[in-house]
Amino acid sequence: MGGAVNPAALLAAALRDPASVLALDPPGWTALLAVARAEQLIGTLAHRVQGLAIPPAAARVLEDARASAEQGRVAALWEAEMARRALAGIGIPVVLLKGTAYAAAGLAAGTGRSIGDLDILVPRGRIGEAEAALLAAGWEWVKPDPYDDTYYRRWMHELPPLIHRERDRMIDVHHTILPLTARITPDADALLADSVALGNGLGVLAPMDMICHAAAHLFADGDLAGGMRNLWDIHCLIGEFGTEGLEARAARHGLASAVRRAARQANDLYGTPIPESWCVWDSVDPLYRRRLLARDGWGRPAHRFTRLGFYIRSHWLRMPPGLLVRHLWTKWRKAHVPG
Amino acid sequence: MRHVTSLRIGSIGFRVGSDWSAPIAVLRDLYRDYPGAEDGIPDFNVHLFAARPWRRLVRPSVHIGGDFVIPDAAPLPLAQGLLAAEMGMNLQMALGQRRYLLLHASAVERDGRALLMTGQSGAGKSTLAALLMARGWRLMGDEFALVDPATGLIHGFPRLVSLKNEAIGVMERALPNGRFGPALEGTPKGRIRHLVPDASAIAAMAEPARPALILFPSYGFEPAERPVLPSECFVRLTQASTNYVALGERGFDALTGLVRSVPAHAIDYPDTATALTQVERLWGVL
Repeated sequence: MGGAVNPAALLAAALRDPASVLALDPPGWTALLAVARAEQLIGTLAHRVQGLAIPPAAARVLEDARASAEQGRVAALWEAEMARRALAGIGIPVVLLKGTAYAAAGLAAGTGRSIGDLDILVPRGRIGEAEAALLAAGWEWVKPDPYDDTYYRRWMHELPPLIHRERDRMIDVHHTILPLTARITPDADALLADSVALGNGLGVLAPMDMICHAAAHLFADGDLAGGMRNLWDIHCLIGEFGTEGLEARAARHGLASAVRRAARQANDLYGTPIPESWCVWDSVDPLYRRRLLARDGWGRPAHRFTRLGFYIRSHWLRMPPGLLVRHLWTKWRKAHVPG
Repeated sequence: MRHVTSLRIGSIGFRVGSDWSAPIAVLRDLYRDYPGAEDGIPDFNVHLFAARPWRRLVRPSVHIGGDFVIPDAAPLPLAQGLLAAEMGMNLQMALGQRRYLLLHASAVERDGRALLMTGQSGAGKSTLAALLMARGWRLMGDEFALVDPATGLIHGFPRLVSLKNEAIGVMERALPNGRFGPALEGTPKGRIRHLVPDASAIAAMAEPARPALILFPSYGFEPAERPVLPSECFVRLTQASTNYVALGERGFDALTGLVRSVPAHAIDYPDTATALTQVERLWGVL
């Protein structure tokens, strides 16, 4: 990496080995906090370095981040409870995904984590009922555009996003974990069948499925924006649940390659314990690493062309070429043709 | 970023970076008596940047970024770079402040007690705060007042006072020896000129004060005063806060504590001289 340390690598080092922050000078702290904020990992960082003798100005910023994450956790769990009440009447169980699931299950991945929208998984055959129940309970459509709406319903793995008109919080109702247009088709029935009830009317995915979903989200979908946080989730999940049975489960969902890459990258960045035989890098792993760490010392996105490459890749993964061309044509026309 | 400065307003540290030297030079000059961020570590970062590399030079336009951003914020011409920096810092506070309950209010202090003034844009809270500063009050801030949920005390944020349109002339006459920034013509809010808070405001900027009076001024009406009940005060201040919801229970406790313990009045005034008389009278009978 040469003389100057990559600011995002500074964050990875701080999460992996909190005592490493003790060597930081003020510019180092400034860059660390800016990148941690940009990657939505500042609450996580705050928990990792709690109790260390750090400069008071940094300690204050991190104390605020801890309080903020705690408030975010309370609000996210309340939102999950609201969804449970809305769906209880029609007997659809609420299986939580991502951040809210980690918080509800009390997992390490949820500690200090920022939580955005509420993500839930419901059986595909009952998604219409779920939508009707949520609309009746005060959620509304966010996207008024008929093309976007149709696109979601026909091709996506979730309903068009809904927002609650009083609480101003979004819910993503999934029926599987990758777009229907993607080449990989995870076994959504198995995800639901093996989900784990938490005893309060809410459920979460089985441990290995949680890892598969996090890996699918990061490496089989999307452009890796915010990837450091997703990879930290994977690091924590593997740390808590190990990798026993992970390969077989990943293979069942068609996610063997995504899960392997997630494990390799997490091991490289955060020191996640994985089997030795998984550690061999392929030719594009360095590019993934470069993309994951693409931040400057102000927390701004860096490496423009690497990011563009991954952005194009995300569309390529999501759609067959014919659909992609049609989609981009429609979007372009919408942006450029009046009316 | 090519050009950088660090400054502290109240207890809040900022690092401001810019693709151009001019906004940083004027910030450094106007904030020259302010300290840098504590421990050299800022609370917030602000970026003033060109959307494309050539837009540094060709029709330069300043985009406002930072740790916290709003999408599609309109850029400003380079001549308004100072305004862009101020808006950038305000934005970080409005969107990112989580230590204190943030009220969109001006604040001045006398004898260790704080007077808060809040209202719609154009109500005169900045002008009245600056005029009270000219009469010997300590200016705690013309835009934001910060309530500490742990103590109930008000922490100041004495940034440059942002004077708009007619208020510029009012303050130039009230403070003929005041330090003013460049006059910024044709901004989204009309003509703007910044006023540097006086030496006592800067020297005491990190000292909190116990809130003693809340006023809701309205400019352009016949003189009138009425007490504002805690319930109404609470609702109006939730609307004047950018982080009330985000703070959750801490925000609720801080705000209910404030409105229960501090009297509030609405004052209507036709001119600033009348308003100052009303303020001094209400303050005098506390």
